Amino acid sequence: MVGSTEAAKNTYQGQMHLLQKEIMGRYFERLTRAAEKGEGKAVYMLISGNPVELIQAFDLIPVYPEIDALQLAVKKSALPFIQKAEELGYSMDNCAYVKADVGLFLGDRKTPFATIPLPSLILCNYVGCNVYLQWFEHLAEYCDGELYNLDIPFLRDPSGQPSPEDITYVVRQLEEVIEICERISGKKLDYARLKAIVGRSGETGEMWSRIKGLTKNIPSPFDAYFDSVTMMAPLYCLRGTEEGLRFFETALKEMEEKVQMGTGPLAEERFRFIIEGPPPWPYLRTFRDLFSKWGAVAVASTYSTVGGLWEFGFRHDANRPLESIAQHMLQWNVTNRNFLQRYQQIRRYVQEWHADALVIHSVKSCRLFSAGQGDMREYFTKELNVPTLLIESDIEDPRYFSEAQIKNRIDAFFESLEHKKLVHAAAEAGGAA
Amino acid sequence: MAIEDFISRHQEILENSPLDLASNWKREHPATKLIGCYPVYSPVELIHAAGMLPVGVIGAGNRLEIAHADSRFQSFVCSIVKSTLELGLTERLKFLDGIVFHSICDPARNLGSVFKRNFPDMMVEYIHFPQNLSSPHAVDYLTAEYQRLKASYEKMAGTEITDEALRGSISLYNEQRRLLRELYALRKDTPQNLSTVECYVLTRIGTLLPPEEHISILKEAIPGLRQRNEKPKDRIRVVLEGSFCEQPPIELLEALEAAGCYILDDDFLLGWRWFLEDIPTHGDPWRNLANAYINQSVYSGVKHDTREPKSKHLIDKVKETGASAVLILAAKFCEPALFDYALYKRALEKAGIPHLCLEFEEKMWIFDKARTEVETFVESMLFD
Ligand code: SF4
Ligand code: SF4
Repeated sequence: MVGSTEAAKNTYQGQMHLLQKEIMGRYFERLTRAAEKGEGKAVYMLISGNPVELIQAFDLIPVYPEIDALQLAVKKSALPFIQKAEELGYSMDNCAYVKADVGLFLGDRKTPFATIPLPSLILCNYVGCNVYLQWFEHLAEYCDGELYNLDIPFLRDPSGQPSPEDITYVVRQLEEVIEICERISGKKLDYARLKAIVGRSGETGEMWSRIKGLTKNIPSPFDAYFDSVTMMAPLYCLRGTEEGLRFFETALKEMEEKVQMGTGPLAEERFRFIIEGPPPWPYLRTFRDLFSKWGAVAVASTYSTVGGLWEFGFRHDANRPLESIAQHMLQWNVTNRNFLQRYQQIRRYVQEWHADALVIHSVKSCRLFSAGQGDMREYFTKELNVPTLLIESDIEDPRYFSEAQIKNRIDAFFESLEHKKLVHAAAEAGGAA
Repeated sequence: MAIEDFISRHQEILENSPLDLASNWKREHPATKLIGCYPVYSPVELIHAAGMLPVGVIGAGNRLEIAHADSRFQSFVCSIVKSTLELGLTERLKFLDGIVFHSICDPARNLGSVFKRNFPDMMVEYIHFPQNLSSPHAVDYLTAEYQRLKASYEKMAGTEITDEALRGSISLYNEQRRLLRELYALRKDTPQNLSTVECYVLTRIGTLLPPEEHISILKEAIPGLRQRNEKPKDRIRVVLEGSFCEQPPIELLEALEAAGCYILDDDFLLGWRWFLEDIPTHGDPWRNLANAYINQSVYSGVKHDTREPKSKHLIDKVKETGASAVLILAAKFCEPALFDYALYKRALEKAGIPHLCLEFEEKMWIFDKARTEVETFVESMLFD
């Protein structure tokens, strides 16, 4: 949805982007109808490892305050909401996603893209981010709404796996959520329907995973950061629906064609990088251009695995719907994995996606991502010899984006990479001679 | 030694280098394994029942220069995360055999991973506490989590943790916490007889010594403190909230009181005073410990209990202690404390309870500004 804002000189706008605009437009219309005409009931959820399948099974409407906050930022209208929250006592140093959303929530909830309905259930899927717990606690207090904390134990065992007890605990809680949804929607869970939805999620995961695998090609057919965000909204809002599945079929086909034709998002791909951390939504276009100008394409990103990590093999399984939802929440998303598992995820990207460098975009709001990224840089530069750039700004708050400074850092980084490439090429040529 | 001397001697140690008490102890007891406990709450009984000593690693105070850790954790991360890493990187945690972190916030959790990578010889554990306290399945989950730790601690200690030993440790720490509740009650009832700094020092040393030693210190100190008979000063009475993890410098606590308040209750070192009542010692001790976390523990900025709003607990506390105002003292960049403030502010205003919100950093060492702010607040209360 972000890629769909303005067509840019160095961004390609394919069928995938148009279709995304259309289906997300319909999704937002659905929110507005719920808010203004009372059609349907909204369940607030969070992106990380979301269990959207369960909500779809009851025809409830998934609403993600994070998507609302990011849309506000992209449309450059977040700041007044952030400031309103700060007047109410929120700190300059609190996550600005929350502040933008609280500012919106306490007003008329009208945005340039939709009117946001009030929640019938505030379902806090606590997957990794501790701020989530407080965000939804606050919303529940402001609207006196029903709050359920769906507690997902963090991956803490040296094996990197959830324990059988973790899985049982999550499944038991999912059963409690089902009871609540039955009460709210007034209908019993149709188990066969849930299985069908989970099955479609499995197929969607397969498509998405194949799409992500295509960026291993040289040149990469699309940018795995800036273009991936276009595909993330349908992945969270429409996963498990026919419409969502069709979108991913279209996207896959389009990307495969691009691989066939050997085209990518830029006229020439000169550098391939991995990017870690969320984007600076208020300045996405500017930020992208700073890389494009160097012919630098992101070939993999950790941010695109917040809602789910499919490219390493996980698929939802229609035969074990609740267990596989639990597994998705516990293990198959970046946010519930420990920090060292993230290092390993990036390491795999660098190797298998043939990257030249790592860029860490460290955002103040999101300490889940950022706290400790200096250690990550240390690991990649010192232990693995991967050229690594760390830049700071914010995911939501426009006050923390210093274009000149970021530009200088990016330019200096790619200049030196370029230099290294030349030296390397010269050495190779010398060796061959 | 008079209690005053005892306290001031320990205050000095805590101000200089809080962990010295524990590292000195280790030097005299080299055979005992020491496990550091990062804030907030840690089930110390599990460590103790394995024959090891749990030690509170609760920041480095304001005398340690941060020279390495700030290249690993950014400027917008709280002080305690950086000072703890600095302690490790400067080899000041060598006396510990392991350290345990908890699901309190994202920076502390990532710190656990950074420890694992940088100190491969240390046992680094991480406990995920349940945040769905209204589900009946949370107790099963937490019991299983404690069983998982059991294996890890047993391996470290080289001995089995028997139910019998665990019951013994629970009853020992029950006694320690009971005495701390007594100490706090004493200050609440007669704050002129026990200053906040004294109360703090007497509590903090308990995180650095074997519980048996702490218990005998408290047992000796409390009756003497009860004998004091000071005249109350003209001060406002407040409840302090927001310092459950990173600890304010002791000098700041002195400044707050000197600025004209009696602090009737606070949330310093909260994890070491986590329970409202004794944990039962009969029956399955693992389950008792888990159940106590869910049903018998204090409210806190790192425990999100949907059964009752935190602000209600805070207001109840104000009413129960008879305080007339609230002092929010939150660590800079502490996400949980700063978020809580937004709801506390709203609830306190609704209830007509005046409050003042201050931010601190453990590394701060100039207190004039805080002191002036509190003085102004106190004046506005006294002469209103
Ligand atoms: S801290 Fe990060 S993951 Fe959590 S709400 Fe904020 S932006 Fe989202
Ligand atoms: S002070 Fe706050 S942010 Fe820092 S580690 Fe403690 S709880 Fe986390």
